[in-house]
Amino acid sequence: MTSPIPLGGAGPLIDAHAHFYHAAAGRADWERVNAARLRAGDAIGVTYHVASVLGSYGHTSPTYFPSPTDASRGNDAMAELAAGDEARIRWYVTVNPNHTAHALHEIERGVQRGAIGIKLLASRRADDPLLDPVCELAAEKGLPILHHIWQHRTREWPNQEISDGGDLARLAERHPRAWFVLAHLGGGGDWAHTLPAVRDTPNVFPDLSGSGVDRGMLDAALDALGARRLLWACDLTMETALAKLRALEVIGLSADDLADVRWRNAARLFGAGAFPRCTVQALAGAADVAAAGVAESAATSPI
Amino acid sequence: MIDCAAFIGPYPFRHLPHPDPDVLVRVLAREGLSGAWVGYLPSAWHRDPAPGNAALFAALAPHRGVLEPAPVVRPDWPQWERTLHALAEQGAACIRVYPMQWGLAPTDAKLRALALACAEVGLPLVLTVRFEDLRQRHVLDVAGDLTAAHVRALARAGDVRLVVTGAGRELLEEVHWGLTPDEQRRVHWDFAWVWGPPEDHLAHLFRTVGAERFVYGTHWPLRLTQNSRASLDLLPPDLHARGITDARSLAPIRKTPT
Repeated sequence: MTSPIPLGGAGPLIDAHAHFYHAAAGRADWERVNAARLRAGDAIGVTYHVASVLGSYGHTSPTYFPSPTDASRGNDAMAELAAGDEARIRWYVTVNPNHTAHALHEIERGVQRGAIGIKLLASRRADDPLLDPVCELAAEKGLPILHHIWQHRTREWPNQEISDGGDLARLAERHPRAWFVLAHLGGGGDWAHTLPAVRDTPNVFPDLSGSGVDRGMLDAALDALGARRLLWACDLTMETALAKLRALEVIGLSADDLADVRWRNAARLFGAGAFPRCTVQALAGAADVAAAGVAESAATSPI
Repeated sequence: MIDCAAFIGPYPFRHLPHPDPDVLVRVLAREGLSGAWVGYLPSAWHRDPAPGNAALFAALAPHRGVLEPAPVVRPDWPQWERTLHALAEQGAACIRVYPMQWGLAPTDAKLRALALACAEVGLPLVLTVRFEDLRQRHVLDVAGDLTAAHVRALARAGDVRLVVTGAGRELLEEVHWGLTPDEQRRVHWDFAWVWGPPEDHLAHLFRTVGAERFVYGTHWPLRLTQNSRASLDLLPPDLHARGITDARSLAPIRKTPT
């Protein structure tokens, strides 16, 4: 049972970077983990989880290099989860751009089953021309691309062909009609490098997820990019996401800017029609929010 | 409840916004914490510990009662025993030690002697597993995380009192289940780096290791103070009533001056 006022505050809230597991993901507790995400999401006040399944999560092919078979199987599982919980779950179709024909077919198939975005892992460097057909299709269909990112790529790391903000910015510059969500600003590597790397690429939108809760990161991201470029998200650690949400409230963000980060930027990217409960919630809560004096709670304070 | 893992002072590898004691006092009040054990961040990388300790005591002097000093003692430094007793006399709440940054092996006899000496004067010994995520470290930040072997060796040294901050589930379990029940009771952990949902590592540890083995630590000014509170708030409902330990209860009881 959740409290009437969610831990993350009142108002719509979209987690733009979530994951679910499935029976072929190689872990016996996959249903427990999925249930825990929904439980914590309800406690925080997440209106929608925009999620993906990453193939078999390494069970039958590597997490960041899913085989076409595993990508499809994972997408099938994701589509079923979303269909079974339409009130709370939206989804990205996951593809491996090394298998171009399969990737393009999988995107078409995913859209037919309700996918609202595309998930790219670390199967190929972000600025590689192999990603171009995927980005062209994404732009044509209005599907934002969530791209796994390592903040500042200083060397190769095992099990991933990592990309950083600079790599993604080059791809985004080639595809100005496509929108890119830069994954987990707090998810490892040096976030301070990412901010200037994408500052002048307006179709790149970092999400704030990741286990990292460095002080200074949120302030720097807001200074560099502004509230209209940032998306609230959880990825694998929901407590760090709740902490960032609370921190945003004490660093002087206006109620308007906070709403942008919480949900409105996501609604602009994915289309407001993707999140009908947010619109209803926002309209219903507008009077309450004003009465609660959100502007007062957002007074500047060190975090 | 106090924060057992706060610092003041700059960090050598990135800019930290206002890592100052007066700001920390305001942050603790906002978070509903009654105080903090406060270390001096540069001391982890200094050779001579004396100037850092002096700076720490001076900076905290106007805030004593809320901010309690957590100075360092280097057991590889001459006359460390005398330093320890002097710091205890000055009112140190605990002693911080950084074996990785100082090149001290798990088997280091002086490290073991320091843990025992701290116990004799009634001071907890605070160990820091990490300051930053491994994936973002500066090219010169090569010390590495504190090892489970260090903690096990110290917990086995005798009737010591250890507070280990910044551990994740893996290291914590490796230590805890590698100790006897008596040795386990010598170690407390903060949960600042333990994952919450959906993996629910903290919930798992509360159920297996026991909530009473945990103390509250934020790692301010390196990390958002909101994170530790969020971790507790997101525990499954059946764990909400499990109480963690207030680190203040581990420190020596001081007589009020008459």
